[in-house]
Amino acid sequence: MLRIVLGGVVLIALLIFSLGTALVVGLHGRGLAALNGADWSAVKFTLWQASLSAFLSIAMAIPVARALARQVFPGRQALITLLGAPFILPVIVGVLGLLAVFGRAGWISAALQWAGFAKLSIYGAPGVILAHVFFNLPLVTRLLLQAWAAIPAERFRVAESLGAAPWAYFRLIEWPMLRATVPGAFLLVFLLCLTSFVVALAVGGGPRGTTIELAIYQAFRLDFDLGKAASLALVQFTICGVVSLLAFLVPLPQTDGLGLDRVVQRLDGPQHRFADGLWISAAGAFLVLPLGAVLMRGLRHMLELPPQILAASVTSLTIAFASTALCLAMALSLSLAFARRGSLARSLAEASGILGLASSPLVVGTGLFVLIFPYAQPMTFALPITASVNAMMALPFALRVLMPAVQEAYGDYLHLRLSLGMGRWIWMIRILGPRLRRPIGFSAGLAAALSMGDLGVIALFADPDLQTLPLMLYRLMGAYRMDQAAATAVVLVVQSLLLFWMFDRGGRGHAAFG
Amino acid sequence: MLHLDRLCYQQDGFSLAADLKIAAGDLVAVIGPSGGGKSTLLNGIAGFLVPRTGRVLWAGQPMPDHPGERPLSILFQDHNLFPHLTVLDNVAIGLRPDMRLSASQKAQAVAALDQVGLGDKAMSYPRDLSGGQQGRAGLARVLLRQRPLLLLDEPFAALGPALKDEMLELTRQIVQEAGITALMVTHDPQDALSFAQYAILVAEGQAQAPVPIGPLFDEPPLALQTYLGRRAP
Repeated sequence: MLRIVLGGVVLIALLIFSLGTALVVGLHGRGLAALNGADWSAVKFTLWQASLSAFLSIAMAIPVARALARQVFPGRQALITLLGAPFILPVIVGVLGLLAVFGRAGWISAALQWAGFAKLSIYGAPGVILAHVFFNLPLVTRLLLQAWAAIPAERFRVAESLGAAPWAYFRLIEWPMLRATVPGAFLLVFLLCLTSFVVALAVGGGPRGTTIELAIYQAFRLDFDLGKAASLALVQFTICGVVSLLAFLVPLPQTDGLGLDRVVQRLDGPQHRFADGLWISAAGAFLVLPLGAVLMRGLRHMLELPPQILAASVTSLTIAFASTALCLAMALSLSLAFARRGSLARSLAEASGILGLASSPLVVGTGLFVLIFPYAQPMTFALPITASVNAMMALPFALRVLMPAVQEAYGDYLHLRLSLGMGRWIWMIRILGPRLRRPIGFSAGLAAALSMGDLGVIALFADPDLQTLPLMLYRLMGAYRMDQAAATAVVLVVQSLLLFWMFDRGGRGHAAFG
Repeated sequence: MLHLDRLCYQQDGFSLAADLKIAAGDLVAVIGPSGGGKSTLLNGIAGFLVPRTGRVLWAGQPMPDHPGERPLSILFQDHNLFPHLTVLDNVAIGLRPDMRLSASQKAQAVAALDQVGLGDKAMSYPRDLSGGQQGRAGLARVLLRQRPLLLLDEPFAALGPALKDEMLELTRQIVQEAGITALMVTHDPQDALSFAQYAILVAEGQAQAPVPIGPLFDEPPLALQTYLGRRAP
């Protein structure tokens, strides 16, 4: 009973946070009439860049994942682990890295200039798409790799023993897998690119590079036109709502990292070795070079870090811990309440997770601002608001990991528990707890790292005295103090990865129980 | 005749040696403890593994390297059928993996389905078939391929006893009518006895030469005794 009440409370809180804020925004906005031509081109650009980013990420992830699925080479496991890194990497750090390689002062521009060509400029649309591919190509590669690894080995062998030529091989084995996986992956990336804010903030802007999220931010911070911000937020909410409904129909792929180390022994490996090697090296370089560039530059300038770094670290860590605790509490309540119910309850819980994925932090932020503004200074609530919004953004990923684990624990042991007459608390502490320890650790790590790197609501609410690490990094970039920005990036990356590692490691604890 | 000529396979620190001959048309059970190398032997003959030394010969000729060119069909316990293809297509890929069948080839595939009693299931999908029917569809493909050697890796092991016996009997009929040489990996001594005339004992990385199966079970050598325990048939 307690479980149902808790789950219900969380569900209602989520609805208020997502749909409620959107309602407030809708009532406060001046409707679509408030939007001018520039705003509508922001809407068009948002949809266009999200489609193109999703298309490019998937088009490139297919050959990379296939190469990883059929080739065995030293460092393969390390590369696959590295593919998971962009997901928990603070977005602003990734952008800084891409600028170090592709920016006006980057390596490629330097080489072009040396050869007598013009410098590269990625501000605007190219930068937004480049960054979105940088973050989503590894994600899709991992999803596809998992799908490839899940194909039973017998199927490859049947195809081989029938002497299937490459095209027949594709039709028999790979096409059905891709047909089942790609639509969900496309929607996931489309949704992530639709709600991504930091990329547009850092490299977007201008008439052909402003997303709706950025337009909301600008209406809010630059013009302080709350009505227009609300109208834009309404458009953003509507688009995300439609896409989430679609996502609800097409199941989104699982995003945990299990089952990736299996290599099916395939005979077509050797004949594709060269092309596969090219894809793997290209993808590896695309991932490693930008990060390497930032970290190397940052390490050289660690001593020039501004003294505020300490306060910013403490603020970021505080938000991260609060947001992790909140996210875990919500995910556990929902999982325990709904995992064992009928399929309707489960889809309800899943839908609440998708709400988190589809809600734009800026829409929620705008709504909360509108709610608080008449009564108090919203800036004073910046920290709790950021922590709760971050928790909500991490919730879908935590649910994806926890829900199946809870289901499995009940499915495997419920009958045993009943036949032993085991009480609720013993069951929770001695059985369920240890069984869930690992997924809890993993989702806590995700939530902490995502919150650590977040630069969404905090950018909306923060007054100049309040610093988190990503905010400080963004301000340093804005002031063209790139050495200090890189050094700050080092601190931010180290703290994010350390938090993730700490929680994940804690979850693994006694490997014997794993 | 199938000739395993001083073969040695090595995989993840495990090795299997085989040096033996099987006469054409024989039905042979491959028995022995788990992890002894039964599946390695079959995968080697099928061409999924590259031998460290030695050769696999059929009718005096070394077998081609590629599994698809070898004169054999293989049936696994599971996943023999592709879930997104109709039963007819699943059988037809035995002739043309690209499914571009001529009218006469299609008729052949239908005839093969008829022969295993699945004539009315041609347009169904594997998910609509029972376990026994899925096994029959796999056998129809074997029939259609007309390859002289059949490898069975614990087929029908997921079926109930009565159904399993029925499928083994059907397989035996098909194989004997077509004059196919068959090797069947099995865990169950009873299956081995009812299906095969000879048995190869695979234990501790060594495949023994085939011996008549009745006498083998009557006076099992030590390795077989250990494996069978008190459950000798």
